[in-house]
Amino acid sequence: MDSQAQHSPAQQGIKKTIRQTVLIVFGMGLFAWALIPLYDLFCEITGLGGKTGGPYVYDEATVAPDTSRLVKVNFITNTNQGMVWDFWPGKGGVRVHPGELKEVSFFVKNTTNRPMVGQAIPSLVPVSATQYFHKTECFCFAQQVLQPGEEMEMPMRFIVDRDLPKNVQSINLSYALFDVTESFSDLVSVGGN
Amino acid sequence: MSEVIHADNHDHDDHHDHGPDKGLARWLFTTNHKDIGTLYLWFSFLMFLIGGVMALIIRTELFEPGLQFVNPEFFNQMTTNHGLIMVFGAIMPAFVGLANWLIPMQVGAPDMALPRMNNLSFWILPFAFGIMISTLFMEGGGPNFGWTFYAPLSTTYAPDSVTYFIFAVHMMGASSIMGSINIIATILNMRAPGMTLMKMPMFVWTWLITAYLLLAVMPVLAGAVTMMLFDIHFDTSFFNAAGGGDPVMFQHIFWFFGHPEVYIMILPAFGIVSHIIPAFARKRLFGYDSMVYAVASIAFLSFIVWAHHMFTVGMPLAGQLFFMYTTMLIAVPTGVKVFNWIATMWQGSMTFETPMLFAIAFVVLFTIGGFSGLMLAITPADYQYHDTYFVVAHFHYVLVPGALFSIIAAVYFWFPKWTGNMYSESLGKLHFWLSFIGVNVTFFPQHFSGLAGMPRRIPDYALQFADFNMISSIGAFIFGFSQVFFIYVIIHGIRKGQAAKGRQWEGARGLEWALPSPAPYHSFTYPPEVTDEEAHA
Amino acid sequence: MINAKKQAWISCRSMSRATQGRQERFTGGLTRFVAAGATVLFSGLAHADELNMTVGVTDISKQVYDLHMQIFIICCLIGAVVFGVMFWSIIHHRRAAGHEAANFHENTRLELAWTIVPTLILIGMAWPATNVLIAMYDTGGEDMTVEVRGYQWKWEYKYLDEDYNRTFSFFSNMSTSQDEIQNRSNKGEYYLLEVDKPLRIPTNRKVRFLVTAEDVIHAWWVPDFGIKRDAVPGILNELWTIVDKPGVYRGQCTELCGKDHGFMPVVVEVLEEEEFDSWYAQELEKETVRVASLSKTFTEEELMAEGEAVYTTFCASCHQANGQGVPPVFPSLVGTPVATGDRDEHIRLVLDGVPGTSMQAFGKQLDAAQMAAVVHYERNSWGNNMGDVTQPRDVIAVQEEQ
Repeated sequence: MDSQAQHSPAQQGIKKTIRQTVLIVFGMGLFAWALIPLYDLFCEITGLGGKTGGPYVYDEATVAPDTSRLVKVNFITNTNQGMVWDFWPGKGGVRVHPGELKEVSFFVKNTTNRPMVGQAIPSLVPVSATQYFHKTECFCFAQQVLQPGEEMEMPMRFIVDRDLPKNVQSINLSYALFDVTESFSDLVSVGGN
Repeated sequence: MSEVIHADNHDHDDHHDHGPDKGLARWLFTTNHKDIGTLYLWFSFLMFLIGGVMALIIRTELFEPGLQFVNPEFFNQMTTNHGLIMVFGAIMPAFVGLANWLIPMQVGAPDMALPRMNNLSFWILPFAFGIMISTLFMEGGGPNFGWTFYAPLSTTYAPDSVTYFIFAVHMMGASSIMGSINIIATILNMRAPGMTLMKMPMFVWTWLITAYLLLAVMPVLAGAVTMMLFDIHFDTSFFNAAGGGDPVMFQHIFWFFGHPEVYIMILPAFGIVSHIIPAFARKRLFGYDSMVYAVASIAFLSFIVWAHHMFTVGMPLAGQLFFMYTTMLIAVPTGVKVFNWIATMWQGSMTFETPMLFAIAFVVLFTIGGFSGLMLAITPADYQYHDTYFVVAHFHYVLVPGALFSIIAAVYFWFPKWTGNMYSESLGKLHFWLSFIGVNVTFFPQHFSGLAGMPRRIPDYALQFADFNMISSIGAFIFGFSQVFFIYVIIHGIRKGQAAKGRQWEGARGLEWALPSPAPYHSFTYPPEVTDEEAHA
Repeated sequence: MINAKKQAWISCRSMSRATQGRQERFTGGLTRFVAAGATVLFSGLAHADELNMTVGVTDISKQVYDLHMQIFIICCLIGAVVFGVMFWSIIHHRRAAGHEAANFHENTRLELAWTIVPTLILIGMAWPATNVLIAMYDTGGEDMTVEVRGYQWKWEYKYLDEDYNRTFSFFSNMSTSQDEIQNRSNKGEYYLLEVDKPLRIPTNRKVRFLVTAEDVIHAWWVPDFGIKRDAVPGILNELWTIVDKPGVYRGQCTELCGKDHGFMPVVVEVLEEEEFDSWYAQELEKETVRVASLSKTFTEEELMAEGEAVYTTFCASCHQANGQGVPPVFPSLVGTPVATGDRDEHIRLVLDGVPGTSMQAFGKQLDAAQMAAVVHYERNSWGNNMGDVTQPRDVIAVQEEQ
């Protein structure tokens, strides 16, 4: 209201402070959202959460098995949050040489009378082994669409890296199967037709 | 910007220089820092009583084993809302109220830098809490997932009212951010000539740092609840494992906000105690510079310790060690503060009026809370303490005889300045002793029940915890009663108290004591001179 | 001392039972409070086990206890010095004692000292803590693996085996009755800390636990083993223990997980190795029998008895023992369309649950025999007189037809 006051040093200082503080607020707001990719990156580097990565492309020359070691890999299957499908591994566990390509099977059956979509989420312990566990093919890379009563065998191929830390003698890999029918209703209608 | 009051601004068209309006309009439309401070303080006191009633419902149910009064579902709503209301409704607004009242007076300014925004940031709060409390009466009940609202309990499994809760949190966040901007703008731009940063009173310093903490973490909280909102209503999967999200990530984001939040609730308390102890020891604050540096380093550390709330969540060894070490480090600057307060008392000429009693209780009991905090930092031992009553005892020791006692001490200390009257010293002392006994009887046994293995947030417990819980419940009622008595002491002081002098406490320093009591409606129309005598208060 | 305390507890409990009124209960409570207070006062350190962290029965839990005590004693010593100086000052530097205020307000050497000395003390604390933590993270070389899964509000234990057909699992529900919780009957010794079927593990073998959850985050804690870990849906966490002393060890869920968070105890029974092995063999045997029972025909009495047991364990906490539920959140089953309507619909509802409500899908928690029994029970209790009989094959038929 008063031009003199508006140009006084205190006024200008206050405006500057507002600009700076609002910038901090927006910066931190962005940072909160940036935490999501940052966290994923962090998990990828450290193996935190046991999230095994996407499809592994390998060079056949490097996969010569290290026959001097045998590592036990256990498979654990669970269905989560009221998912009613039956879900089980062909074998509870296998022993592999690091560097050896191994294929195992998992089975899933839709026990309901409606088409459904499932999504398996992997988790692995010990976390120190996560980055040494490579999957060349896995049903967890995509959703599964099952018709009522349908049963399916799902293959999973993996290689345990030859660089697996020496103190790791066994690896536990779990798949938690979630019902994602609601999020992927388009898949169901396509599959249902 | 026209609302900004400048020292030589004689061009006034409204009430600024004429004292307050009459009636309700004074409070609704006020832009006066003292009025807004008063509103904040009464509002926070009301919230404190509501949160306190919830605490007493919890303690009543826990008086004996078995379910007697409430069902587990309602019990969870009580623990959740007790936490939320005490943190966001009682402690934080009380400190903002004190900041409003004191900062302009202490830096020698006529008012806050942004008076209209000041009004807005207060009046958001009653609506935010109105919404939150109303969820308790909605079908399906109010928030029941703990004040930490971990996903997926607060998303996929939450009651429908969670949307209102998210909205309320957004409003509280907006209020805090506006309040902080205002405080920073005031402190950085409206100080009287001669008051350099390193001559600012400690309360101003601690609030400056607190305000920056708020600016940094409130947007993160807003982000977290917005992501929740998206997960609930827009089918995203930030925290839902099914869609590739991660429930643990919620905890990281929450505690990235949550740990600085803890210091937001204690740094201004450090400031208050740093005024009261020198005043009653009649001796300057020991180690002013190191106090400032200690507060700054505590604030910095608060950003790199968050995962110590999550030691049991399953982190790699290196992560556990990092967060253990950084958390332990906090003990160093905190220790410096405690040692400085004791050195201030040392060789002083002490008297023990009510504010001093609360301040001494603060130092002792906060330090006890600090010790249990140090124990909790030791990761292997934390596996045994985590989510037990030991944690409950710890954070209540730092928040009740910590933050809350400092607020009560501040109210007694500046009461004569605010009202122009003295409270009754004997009633004040009675209030202190009742509170002191109540707080310890309530929370000290909780260390034992926690060590004996009682988890937190349970409505019923095994028989071996019965004795400690009964003692704790009795203490809670003593404490609750003594805060009702506090209202009486305040009202008695306002109505019947003797007239106070400008410098009511002979040892008190600071520009606010250079003003008459009660302080004039507009604090300093002309910038005061900052003498060495009043600096470093 | 413990006995005296229990006595006080029992006498007061009977008093409150005899009198009923709230007023009297309060008086009873007060009496108990005084008795208990006296006991706590007089027993002192003899009661250390109730005042302090458990020492536990594993090497790790003992190390954790030692660590806890070391830190605690250091804190006490620091506290004694700091508060000692403060109270000395409070007593001697009072104005009432005629003390004049000195004028100093800084001392660089002193301030440096009380920054550096605490840092050194902290390093001294961090050293043993780091060692214990590293020992805890040594999870390799297990002898057996058990998956621990948290549900709202129970635990499932799954014994894993390389041969998937030798994998078996069971649920562990709290067995304390609603009567005890609602104060209608006396509370037993292990009130809220007892389950229908505890996790069993052998002595002297390294057991690895893989902890995860079905729905929300839970936390699995056995104080005597010194281990606690969050159970997060979709994520696997690991823990391990070696126990050398047989016994029953009790803990609780420690992460808020909803309504009955306080009612999902963890009970682990540690058996001697031979005893465990024979129990394990029996369980495998039972698993075979259970699979076979799915084709059996039960009598109505058998169905009602089994049905009531299943109902009490899985349904009563929401739908209540009398079937009345707690409307609107937990609907009543008495005379309502589900329990008195089409049976196959009823079975389907229990199998698949109702999405978006608290009604879970019990299809994977209950086998066909249990499912048949509970459906039969619900259709023929509390005045629901449907008179139909539900057999496991009916449930299987519904499943197959889907």
